[in-house]
Amino acid sequence: MIKVKNLHKKFDNLTVLDGIDEHITQGEVVVIIGPSGSGKSTFLRCLNLLEDVTEGEIYVDDELINSPKVNVNKIRQKMGMVFQQFNLFPHLTIMENITLAPVLLKKMTKEEAVKKGQELLERVNLSEKADAYPAQLSGGQKQRVAIARALAMNPEIMLFDEPTSALDPEMVGEVLDVMKDLAKSGMTMVIVTHEMGFAREVATRVLFIDQGVVMESGTPEEIFNNPQNERTQLFLSKVL
Amino acid sequence: MTGFSAWASNLADLFYRCFIKEDRYKLLVSGIGVTIKVSLLAVVIGILIGMLIAMCNLSKRKPLKLIGGIYTDIIRGTPSVTQLMIIYFVIFATVNLDKWIIASIAFGVNSGAYVSEIIRAGIMSIDKGQTEAGRSLGLNAFQTMTRIVIPQAVKNIFPALCNEFIVLIKETAIVGYVGLMDIQKAGDFIKSATFIAFMPLIGTAIIYYVLIKMLTLLLNKIESSLRKSDVR
Repeated sequence: MIKVKNLHKKFDNLTVLDGIDEHITQGEVVVIIGPSGSGKSTFLRCLNLLEDVTEGEIYVDDELINSPKVNVNKIRQKMGMVFQQFNLFPHLTIMENITLAPVLLKKMTKEEAVKKGQELLERVNLSEKADAYPAQLSGGQKQRVAIARALAMNPEIMLFDEPTSALDPEMVGEVLDVMKDLAKSGMTMVIVTHEMGFAREVATRVLFIDQGVVMESGTPEEIFNNPQNERTQLFLSKVL
Repeated sequence: MTGFSAWASNLADLFYRCFIKEDRYKLLVSGIGVTIKVSLLAVVIGILIGMLIAMCNLSKRKPLKLIGGIYTDIIRGTPSVTQLMIIYFVIFATVNLDKWIIASIAFGVNSGAYVSEIIRAGIMSIDKGQTEAGRSLGLNAFQTMTRIVIPQAVKNIFPALCNEFIVLIKETAIVGYVGLMDIQKAGDFIKSATFIAFMPLIGTAIIYYVLIKMLTLLLNKIESSLRKSDVR
């Protein structure tokens, strides 16, 4: 589904990604862990081209996406993205946040989008907030709306960039629950997180990224119980 | 008491000679009309040019950025009287347009440079995450700008834009340089005709003040209703 070949990303002279090769298949829940500044968020942002790629190739459904010939907007419609800072649109109601893109991009009529929006809000347990504005919600509620908003486009892949890092501790659980449900439903997911318990429980595969390369990749058991790489061991000894 | 009544009757006499005699008040009334129509058209032109230049300044394309930069630089670096006279006597010298329209263009060109900075700052005040969220949903740059960024920026921009509007009205007091009879010029004309300085000049000041006060009150009303719609 997503193939990454020899991905490099440089900011001026700073090399953030230094040759990543990765293959993410349908239905996988890939959790990316690693120390801060290791390039994990940058890797995720490259996948939907929020960062332009310095070198290398990214294929989505066998289509090379980091090419000038490609319609980036079409590609992004296949990939939902959830941000650390939620990034809800403060001038729109919750329902409008969800329906804006599908209606504007003519994926659905207004009625279909609202219907879908109601289903999604029910799924994230926020039906009663449809007419509220983002500023009236708690952090956890905002993030659940952000997930619903991304799902409204019926994406094939969901990308999560530290979705719980900006939340108060008591709100982390409600967001992770929504993500667990999503994983169970068979959604292909790529998640950057510091929630090791969640990674262990939900991931089909864990990537440990450090210094811009994938140091180690394997099942949660392999990575958490029996890490092979020295840096993985060091990192896990600090966070577990 | 006699001192006061003498002073008052003197004042009434000055008032009569400046404004009533020979229907001089009509000059001021038509001057108000000129000031208002020049200002209104100039504001529209200024906002249009401002949006255009702001887009240039925000663009990633080097040549557009350069054009925007040069425009703002030149307008800010030269007096508006000079700009008005150049536009009137040089650029539009052979063009057959109403005087007041040419003057409006000159003030619009001037205002555009300032408006562009206001718009640019307003747009840049919106968090980058908003743009990223819009783009990540598959919206293109234009849709993201018009549906997500600009609606949020407008509320931030509005007060500064009102201020610019008021500055612009006062700036138009120089249109006498190209032969238009606005409020300032009308007051000046009465001064020359009557050899009285006090009454016409104070009168001019009062007219401008009242005009701007009314506008300020109106704009404040609009602004507070803009804010009302975003009670959260």
